[in-house]
Amino acid sequence: MTWLVPLPVILPLLGAGLTLMLSRHPVLQRAVSTSVLAAVVAIAATLLYQTDRHGPQVLWLGAWQEPLGISLVADRLSALMLLVSALVTLAVLVYSIGQGMTGDERETPVTIYHPTFLVLAAGVSNAFLAGDLFNLFVSFEMLLFASYVLLTLGGTSARIRAGTIYVVVNVVSSSLFLISLAAVYAATGSLNLAQLAGRVSDLPDPVSLVLQLLLVTTFAIKAAVFPLSFWLPDSYPTAPAPVTAVFAGLLTKVGVYAIIRIQTLVFPDSPLTDLLLAAALLTLVVGILGAVAQTDIKRMLSFTLVSHIGYMMFGISLGTMAGYSGAIFYVAHHITIQTALFLVLGLVERRGGSTSLIKLGGLARLAPLLGVLFFVPAMNLAGIPPMSGFLGKVALTEAGLRVGTPLAYAVVAAGMLTSLLTLYAVAKCWNLAFWRTPEEAHGMARELSGLDRRATSRDVVRHRDHVHAGASSLNARDLDEARSIVDEGDGTNQDLYQLADQGVLPTRLPRTMVAATGALVGVSLALTVVAGPLFGYTERAAADVGDRDLYISSVLPEGSR
Amino acid sequence: MTANLSLILAAAAMIGCGVYLILERSLTRVLVGLVLLGNGVNVLFLIASGPAGRAPIVGEAVPSAMSDPLPQALVLTAIVISLGTSAFVLAMAYRSWQLTGHDDVQDDVEDRAIRRLAAADQASDSFDLSSGEAEHDLDMPEEERRSR
Repeated sequence: MTWLVPLPVILPLLGAGLTLMLSRHPVLQRAVSTSVLAAVVAIAATLLYQTDRHGPQVLWLGAWQEPLGISLVADRLSALMLLVSALVTLAVLVYSIGQGMTGDERETPVTIYHPTFLVLAAGVSNAFLAGDLFNLFVSFEMLLFASYVLLTLGGTSARIRAGTIYVVVNVVSSSLFLISLAAVYAATGSLNLAQLAGRVSDLPDPVSLVLQLLLVTTFAIKAAVFPLSFWLPDSYPTAPAPVTAVFAGLLTKVGVYAIIRIQTLVFPDSPLTDLLLAAALLTLVVGILGAVAQTDIKRMLSFTLVSHIGYMMFGISLGTMAGYSGAIFYVAHHITIQTALFLVLGLVERRGGSTSLIKLGGLARLAPLLGVLFFVPAMNLAGIPPMSGFLGKVALTEAGLRVGTPLAYAVVAAGMLTSLLTLYAVAKCWNLAFWRTPEEAHGMARELSGLDRRATSRDVVRHRDHVHAGASSLNARDLDEARSIVDEGDGTNQDLYQLADQGVLPTRLPRTMVAATGALVGVSLALTVVAGPLFGYTERAAADVGDRDLYISSVLPEGSR
Repeated sequence: MTANLSLILAAAAMIGCGVYLILERSLTRVLVGLVLLGNGVNVLFLIASGPAGRAPIVGEAVPSAMSDPLPQALVLTAIVISLGTSAFVLAMAYRSWQLTGHDDVQDDVEDRAIRRLAAADQASDSFDLSSGEAEHDLDMPEEERRSR
């Protein structure tokens, strides 16, 4: 059954070509891309079953003699990542079809959306299957190129601004990847992961440390680990909702996957444990503090994305089986949950006209289903029992306590704090955007805009250059926004109250979009239901990645290591 | 492994200049920097491939006299990728010029918020460092505000 292994890459690439040819027939285009991604889901599920039953599936492309060609390897870890990512991409594709594909803007070129999206899917699959470092580089480039195009769809001013930073950061990180590839090749004469596993341990310690640092830094940029996370919260929120959703779900996790692979296979006796633990701690804390300060739900979620990468880094840096198992579970959980939340935000933007907390209010009454769709994954993200977020955090906490070093205790404490602050951040969104009435929202905007004349008011406390209103703190930009909302003369910036008054908001949401979002929320709940077997699986996957000989012997025959 | 010193110096010079140019504000200069950086990295692969030899074509030379073909294949891939990247960055610079009349890389939203906070805070030193010509991006560009 090894012929299945390359299909998750080949099918989307063929689909991309086909949809490009069919650009004049949108119906056929949709049919092709949906069926391709559905097929990938089926293949990934089969691979999951196969690898769990019969061990890693390996295919040497082009039937070259064994250490020479390019190998694709699916083990338990890659198969799980493939399945989750395939499910998520399919859901996002269905959602964007429901949205009318064009996103929210009319000027977005419709014809390139589907091919680009399929190339992105192919790149993600290839990254999970790559058996050598250069193939991993190529898959990163595939998915990055697709992401450049998707991020700057339509070429509006905000997207070009965010896209500039995103592209430059990623090109620099790709150059760093190439530098590390050159160094690895110069030191070992190979880029095949299985061969490297044998050869790196023969290198002098300083050399292998340099190689490890180079590779981990490269992947940490992709995974947005603090302090290399600065680019993420600025670039993601400007893209169309489905694009942000798929980026948030998948692109950072590809970096996390690469770190797991490198750390376990090539550098198993890592001297970097403490460094990575410290990075995990800072990622958790700095990310969530950023999230707490936001008044736009999209930006807030981008910051929690950065923050929760810290949980996965925590599991990885512990270097124990329990740590890896928890990290793998958390990756699966976080891909679904983060994507679901961004899809919900797309619906919020459509229904309420904005994602700014200053403008929104009363969505729970206006659209009760939307309220449920937001509330469930939001609580899951914060880790409310019994949902999968809670289970993942418990597993990681246990793994941390079992290691028991002071630094591990510190990260466990930071994890608890982060969980609490995540709850605070999502509860703030719930209270402001969903629970209070639109009149209250408008009243607050009026009050904020009047601050220049009245020094103090009932609930509003002015402090230096920002303002505390209730439980949230607002900065000067938010005050400007409040002023421009209240300013009656200029009708460009209006809040939900005004828009609802004029009746310009859609009262119904497209069924396909709601169904796709609901399906993803359902998947995230299903992860809770099957958490027992899933934990069994992630433990076996962790045991697999911990046992290097299994990987090496299934990729390379005796004598060519 | 023996390495060629002139190649190392060439790569170091190109990567150094590339990094310097990437730190510039204008996207066109950043692009030139990225291209230089990419070429410097390609030279690194030549260093990694060891001493130069005969062309790696079967029948042209004995295998022991050939140079290592794999890094050349890798460099070829990297060149193709950097061509695509350059084209995309150029397109973005052009679009940025269409929209704003310049192709300067703009500060991100958080930076601007922090600068405003510093500007309002008399006790902060960081504002003095960033005052002056950066003053004009204190406020959000007009297009961006409208699109929000």
